[in-house]
Amino acid sequence: MTPTRRRRLLIVLSIIVGAGLATTLVVFALKENMLFFYRPAEVAQGLAPVDTAFRMGGMVVDGSVVRADDSLAVQFDLTDYQETITVQYEGILPDLFREGQGIIAQGKLSTQGVERPVFEASEVLAKHDETYMPPEVADALEQSKAARGETTP
Amino acid sequence: MANKQKKNPIVLFIHKTGSPEYFYKLSGRFLPWLIAITTILTAWGLYQALYVVPPDYQQSESYRILFIHVPSAWMSMFIYAAMAVMAFIALVWRIKVAEICAMASAPIGAAFTFITLCTGALWGKPMWGAYWVWDARMTSELVLLFIYLGIIALYRSIDDRRAAARVASIMALVGLVNLPIIHYSVEWWTTLHQGQTIRLTGPSSIDASMLPPLIIMAVATKTYFIAAMLANARNMLIEQDRNKSWVRRLIGDAP
Repeated sequence: MTPTRRRRLLIVLSIIVGAGLATTLVVFALKENMLFFYRPAEVAQGLAPVDTAFRMGGMVVDGSVVRADDSLAVQFDLTDYQETITVQYEGILPDLFREGQGIIAQGKLSTQGVERPVFEASEVLAKHDETYMPPEVADALEQSKAARGETTP
Repeated sequence: MANKQKKNPIVLFIHKTGSPEYFYKLSGRFLPWLIAITTILTAWGLYQALYVVPPDYQQSESYRILFIHVPSAWMSMFIYAAMAVMAFIALVWRIKVAEICAMASAPIGAAFTFITLCTGALWGKPMWGAYWVWDARMTSELVLLFIYLGIIALYRSIDDRRAAARVASIMALVGLVNLPIIHYSVEWWTTLHQGQTIRLTGPSSIDASMLPPLIIMAVATKTYFIAAMLANARNMLIEQDRNKSWVRRLIGDAP
């Protein structure tokens, strides 16, 4: 390698290392702000912002969905298996919304006039996992789980 | 490089492809085959994806857009990495063919990034309930599109083609930091976008019956990239070298 090329190589490598270092610092500084949602346990610990809208994500608790008869209002419990927070929402839910599904709700925590804080959602997004399989495979998995006496969490 | 290495066939090949004339002729021979392979694989892959593989247990038929979205997303990052390697070679060794190949890759990478964002939005609306949210995965992919557009704009805004390629190459290398952010965004932060399905190490969480079209499309998009990049690079090379003797010989205008 000629001295000129060696010099260029060092300059280029230092650009890459410098840019990488700068980005690493920025990413660490932004760590909290890059979170898309808070988990119910974090909300219960008071880590989520108060009086401003934020997003909360978790699993819809089985058997907790209560729909109003005369409106689109719906109430359900959201859990991360540590803490559970009740969510109230009025509007159309995404197709994937169901009990046991992961969802993300945007809204505010309301602490007034209730013994337990209630999350008033203005938007509900469904989150799906990274697993893809045919319905028959999913059924077979459920059956083998049931046969072993396990229940889906 | 040291002279004694020139006898090594690989080094010899690299030295020969570095010559614009040899590169032009060699790529011209590969191009029809690459286009043919791409066409056949794309048709086969899309047929498998849309008609053959079973529906998903959760998303039923809607998940089929995965077979366009995921290969495009892989390509948006793969092309960037390939472009950065060529930009690195261009900056250190000042090889004209490497400069041109790096710059010829940028619009193709931008196109794949755009396809990724569009198909993602179309998939997001019915499944998540939103076309777009500012989560880390989507935002970093959008930043990738802006980086590509920035490289293209920088390359076009400087008159001296070789100086333009070097400046844009530096930007390409700086933008490299975005690739690990895109890749790890779903692990480092909470996102609406789900985690990784396909893993090179360890088990993938897609059923084996759904895998063939994904692999076919992944190969098809790669051969497409090579074909499109070579075709683009050949045009750029012949325009840039239009006054050189090898181009004059090529068009039969040699003295």
